[in-house]
Amino acid sequence: MCLAVPARVVELLDNDMAVIAFDTLRKRISLAFVEDVAIGDFVLVHVGYALHKVSVEEAERTLKMMAQAGVLQKELEAISA
Amino acid sequence: MKYVDEYRDQELARTVAAAIAAEVDHGRSYHFMEFCGGHTHAIFRYGVQDLMPENVHFVHGPGCPVCVLPVSRLDDAVELAERHGVILCTYGDMMRVPDTKQRNLIRAKADGADVRMVYSTLDALRIARENPDRQVVFFAIGFETTTPPTAAALKAAEAEGLKNFSVFCNHVLTPPAISHILQSPEVRDLGIVKIDGFLGPSHVSSVIGSRPYEFFAEEFQKPIVIAGFEPLDVMQSVLMLIRQVNEGRHEVENEYIRVVTEEGNFKAQALVSEVFELRKSFAWRGLGIIPKSALRVRDAYADFDAEKRFELSVKASREAKSCECPSILRGVKKPTDCKLFATVCTPQNPIGSCMVSPEGACAAYWTYGRFREQQPSKLEPAE
Repeated sequence: MCLAVPARVVELLDNDMAVIAFDTLRKRISLAFVEDVAIGDFVLVHVGYALHKVSVEEAERTLKMMAQAGVLQKELEAISA
Repeated sequence: MKYVDEYRDQELARTVAAAIAAEVDHGRSYHFMEFCGGHTHAIFRYGVQDLMPENVHFVHGPGCPVCVLPVSRLDDAVELAERHGVILCTYGDMMRVPDTKQRNLIRAKADGADVRMVYSTLDALRIARENPDRQVVFFAIGFETTTPPTAAALKAAEAEGLKNFSVFCNHVLTPPAISHILQSPEVRDLGIVKIDGFLGPSHVSSVIGSRPYEFFAEEFQKPIVIAGFEPLDVMQSVLMLIRQVNEGRHEVENEYIRVVTEEGNFKAQALVSEVFELRKSFAWRGLGIIPKSALRVRDAYADFDAEKRFELSVKASREAKSCECPSILRGVKKPTDCKLFATVCTPQNPIGSCMVSPEGACAAYWTYGRFREQQPSKLEPAE
């Protein structure tokens, strides 16, 4: 619950919602707390809400770290549940 | 050094470790409390402690919302599901926490209560829409990072006119807890461990910014460095803390500038203050009653407040005897000091809150640290 995962925005929806992608996984999330998000941007996703925009470099760095620490898979399972 | 071999950027880690080794004053000791369970995990997983000089110590603080929720609030949640027959939605972390009767939400579900694990408040809203004839309660816990999503769900429920959705609010605030650890009267009974500085939480700070910590740095004359989750972030932050201690400074510094700003996320803050207000006081598991340390739903949104919508019997908290969580959460004792640790209390059968959540200090010790730290702690008391 405490972790936040960087993900790429692939579709913008109505009502401040968007679809994000982690590899093949797609998930609807809320953009209520961020501004000026465009398709292709990376956002830090926490319990279904984007908290911040992050750079591609930061996103890659964080994902790699989370994968190596063994926490990424668990988070993705929670997200896809 | 066994964990370091697994680490991807060994060269950089060695460089930071060398800088720390070169800059510590061997005539003194350094005790740094990490507030966030994410940091506790990074320290254990990557063996950061092994890279530190002998006189640099990590003290594990109360940075896990599951761990600090008093049992009585969990009893209330179970009561909502069992007596009031609501659909109780909550994050997965809450499902295995034992209540007063040593049951948990998984057991309550098996016994017939309608308890549903959700990933997001968006899922709880969806469940409410799909079940218009049932009352749906979101059992909300978490620090400043998880609070904005709860506020957003309340606003959405109001905008949609959802009559069957409410929130059982247990959101707590980081700064009052840090303040409490440093000055509460109870510490005289339990003892207090020496703290020379804090590793500030990262994602919490991405919401509230670094500014709320300035008060502590000034008032308690303790340095605070807001640290990212990567092991290198933790090490770099330790170096920054050591420099402050050596130079007699007590400032708020931000190691995690790639995510945390001074001001934080305005939109999230605005929504939280619109929907929630401070409680006069709130009981924290292991820390006792802390003034102005938690949030409740504002009267303007009373229709969506489960505490107002349902009558809950007020009960006193009762913790398991012999459980050392209160001392562990304050950093006074280590998990290995507890008689129950790794004997009666394990992640499969957690007795205390620190073992329940993966972010808890006991769970982190169980997973990574127990074989290396079998000796009772030798934490120094404060002067």
